[in-house]
Amino acid sequence: MSLLKEFTDKPFKHNPVFVLVLGLCPTLAVTTSLKNGVAMAAATTAVLVCANILISLIRRFVPNQIRIACYIVVIAGFVTMVEIAMKAIAPEAINKALGIFIPLIVVNCIILGRAEAFASKHGPLASLMDGLGIGVGFLLALVAIALVREVLGAGTLWGYRLTPVTVGPTTVIPQYVPITVLGMAPGAFIVIGLLFGLFSLVGNRRRDAARLVAVPAVPQVAGDFPKPKKKPADKAEGGEAPSEPRPSEPQPSEPRPPEPRP
Amino acid sequence: MEVGYLELAVGSILISNVVLAKFLGLCPFFGVSRRTSDAVGMGLAVIFVMSIASAATALIYRHLLLPTNLEHTNLLGVLGLPVPEGGYVLILKTISFILVIAGLVQFVEMVLKKSAPALYRALGIYLPLITTNCAVMGMALLNTEAWRDPANGLPVHLATVNGFCGGVGFLLAMLLMSGIRQRLAERRVPKALQGLPIAFISAGLMALAFMGFTKLFGIAV
Repeated sequence: MSLLKEFTDKPFKHNPVFVLVLGLCPTLAVTTSLKNGVAMAAATTAVLVCANILISLIRRFVPNQIRIACYIVVIAGFVTMVEIAMKAIAPEAINKALGIFIPLIVVNCIILGRAEAFASKHGPLASLMDGLGIGVGFLLALVAIALVREVLGAGTLWGYRLTPVTVGPTTVIPQYVPITVLGMAPGAFIVIGLLFGLFSLVGNRRRDAARLVAVPAVPQVAGDFPKPKKKPADKAEGGEAPSEPRPSEPQPSEPRPPEPRP
Repeated sequence: MEVGYLELAVGSILISNVVLAKFLGLCPFFGVSRRTSDAVGMGLAVIFVMSIASAATALIYRHLLLPTNLEHTNLLGVLGLPVPEGGYVLILKTISFILVIAGLVQFVEMVLKKSAPALYRALGIYLPLITTNCAVMGMALLNTEAWRDPANGLPVHLATVNGFCGGVGFLLAMLLMSGIRQRLAERRVPKALQGLPIAFISAGLMALAFMGFTKLFGIAV
């Protein structure tokens, strides 16, 4: 039961990209198309699951001072295996598109982060579930970004061109003209920024709604916009001060480290 | 034809900027860019480590991993050890690069602590972060395949220059980003976009501006 919870908790509540803000480099670089995103997520998940299990198995034998070095060696070993496997299995185009980001899984902070935060403290089965859950979360995040970028940026879906929809002689949906920049570097930043904003909007709404239900007596503080350069007001002003700004700090969901790990 | 230094510099700093075009080193780019002093410290530390790491990894790649041919010698082969037909590239590249970079960062940290305490105080806290900075590893990997000779990669001296220039490009991007974020902190930003989302969108606009450097001086990266 609790093992299943290790898995089901991860994809949404601890989503590696949108909640923990880890593994940004591959997220932005390979999401030009759905195929690339899925291949990247599969490769990362394979390394994550294997590394999690092995690190959890050896966690009692590794001296504390050199644990990070040991984890890196374990991860690098699995990355090499996945690299060779990808060369053998995946089509040439995908290998070319992912390029250096397959060997760069070795410095992906999701994997080292899970090794340090989870696998070094839990048993192999729980670590397996954790790896799968985080991997599914990574897959969902990459699919969400890649979907937007491929459909809007290239006018294709899983490689198939979107064609105009016609009913008889009339065109219901005309031929889509792609916004090419979304497939290029700037588009990656902008799409992921807007998605972050969307999720934080949804998160804020939910939290506000939950708070209204929980403490209906507390009056809401007016004002949607932050007053810049001001410390949050005293607790006296409306309890938790729901719309009090915290300038230059990310707003979305709760379990967030103070800074993205490098 | 060998690549020129100026070509490398323009290519790595402006045209294919490590952060804005290659998507490397994004975690420190967003994590440490709130204050200019932090951004500069991190940028300098990255320049330092990236130059050394590029030199070391290029040395290993060209003279230990690749099979022997006219251009480069495989030292293991010279010593009489067996070298497989494709060299050790496929099986040892990733693992040897990460170990060299991790070891190098530790070593640099110790040397700085002992011999240059002032520099260590300025850069010290950023050094451990750099081990898992994908910009350093990414640059080392790019050096092995970039610039017109994907089979052999850059020779050691050019790889070092490329690493240095990549670091300068990183510093430039960090500096610009920290300026933008300080201005952003004083502006009214819609609540949902505060913090990270607006930083991403600003970075996107910066990347758009950097796309204007494409084909600058006719250099194709």
